[in-house]
Amino acid sequence: MDYNEILEISPYALTSAEKNKLLTERLVELTNHHYDNCAPYRGMMDAQNWDSDTIHDYYDIPFLPVSLFKQMELRSVKKEDVMKTMTSSGTTGQAVSKIYCDRTTASNQQKTLAKIVTNFTGASRMPMLIIDTPSVIKNRNMFSARGAGILGFSIFGSDKTYVLNDNMELNVEVLEAFLEKHKGQRILLFGFTFMIWQHFYRELVRLAREGKHFDLSGGVLIHGGGWKKLISEAVSPAEFKKRLEDVCGLHDIHDYYGMVEQTGCIYMECECGHLHTSIFSDVITRRPLDFSRCDIGETGIIQVVSMIPESYPGHSLLTEDEGVILGEDDCPCGRLGKYFKINGRLKNAEIRGCSDTYAVKF
Amino acid sequence: MTNLEKYIEAFTTSFELDANALEGLEYQGVAQWDSVGHMSLIAALEDAFDIMIEVDDILALNSFEKGKEIIAKYGVELS
Repeated sequence: MDYNEILEISPYALTSAEKNKLLTERLVELTNHHYDNCAPYRGMMDAQNWDSDTIHDYYDIPFLPVSLFKQMELRSVKKEDVMKTMTSSGTTGQAVSKIYCDRTTASNQQKTLAKIVTNFTGASRMPMLIIDTPSVIKNRNMFSARGAGILGFSIFGSDKTYVLNDNMELNVEVLEAFLEKHKGQRILLFGFTFMIWQHFYRELVRLAREGKHFDLSGGVLIHGGGWKKLISEAVSPAEFKKRLEDVCGLHDIHDYYGMVEQTGCIYMECECGHLHTSIFSDVITRRPLDFSRCDIGETGIIQVVSMIPESYPGHSLLTEDEGVILGEDDCPCGRLGKYFKINGRLKNAEIRGCSDTYAVKF
Repeated sequence: MTNLEKYIEAFTTSFELDANALEGLEYQGVAQWDSVGHMSLIAALEDAFDIMIEVDDILALNSFEKGKEIIAKYGVELS
């Protein structure tokens, strides 16, 4: 199955039955591909008696724990074909996942991200403010999840401008000049949840007290990377949005859920506040006791499947996040597919996520 | 400077290459044309011709030759 054909399909246009068929075909194919090309993966599948003929649908495909990419070098391509290695964000001293991408996989990640995000932002690019420091993308061959996120999203922007300096301080002159230059235009803001709160929102509040106000009412903000620190400060997603709107008028705000192990397939938050699965990937919730499937509305451990990974066996992964599927094909926003929310990390799980690992220092 | 010269210059400055190395050049064909370099190239082309390239075209621009076709869509005559 050629992934380029899948890319032709509109990202939220398939019903549950249509999507099940497509995912099953592609994911079985990927499982067989990794079985043939990645010896450690084959060993694990043999231990689970993998036989693609006994698979009813993609729910039956075994999953790997996401932490395995920290312990093992898992690749399904030759070393010399690896074009880019991405690492998960981790706190100091924590082991990080290593994800090996060849040309095809890297290209499909970027194309998929484009399909998903333009469904929310439109196809034309907007002047873009990056709420981070440019130093996160210094090493071009070894991307942290944070750098990969910024770089992946920068395709949606023009006149890309970083508003934080190397000390993570807001550069007020840069912000002012950017807003003046693009007055009256729709602008795109991108960053990680905690950094936005700590280094952008708080600074705007301080500046407002000094009588300096910024109007970002024409902006659309996309942010991700985890809520752990903000939840511990009792800042809920609704509060986050309200406070940002209060200080600078920003009201078109979309959180996203995603991870470096399945780069490209992100889950965007719609206008109704729900995270959405696109046709390129899916979320399954599982009961912690026997890993059976949860019902809609029942909290469980999040499994993610993605149709992208060809160069590493990361197409079916059990995360360390807990969440709940809220419904399928019937979100009032009109997009088909499952919609869900993330409750947070499992107890005793390691801290991860671009926003959360950074926030440990505070 | 002709449009073709401007087009060539966007590549040579973005990737620090000589003009004679551009024929047949593809995305990821040299170390400098990676995803970071790609966005520098896009910015250089946009500045050179005062155009705004759409997301799908950024993704489709995967070789020196293909770029000529794409730029033409924005009303830039290269020959």
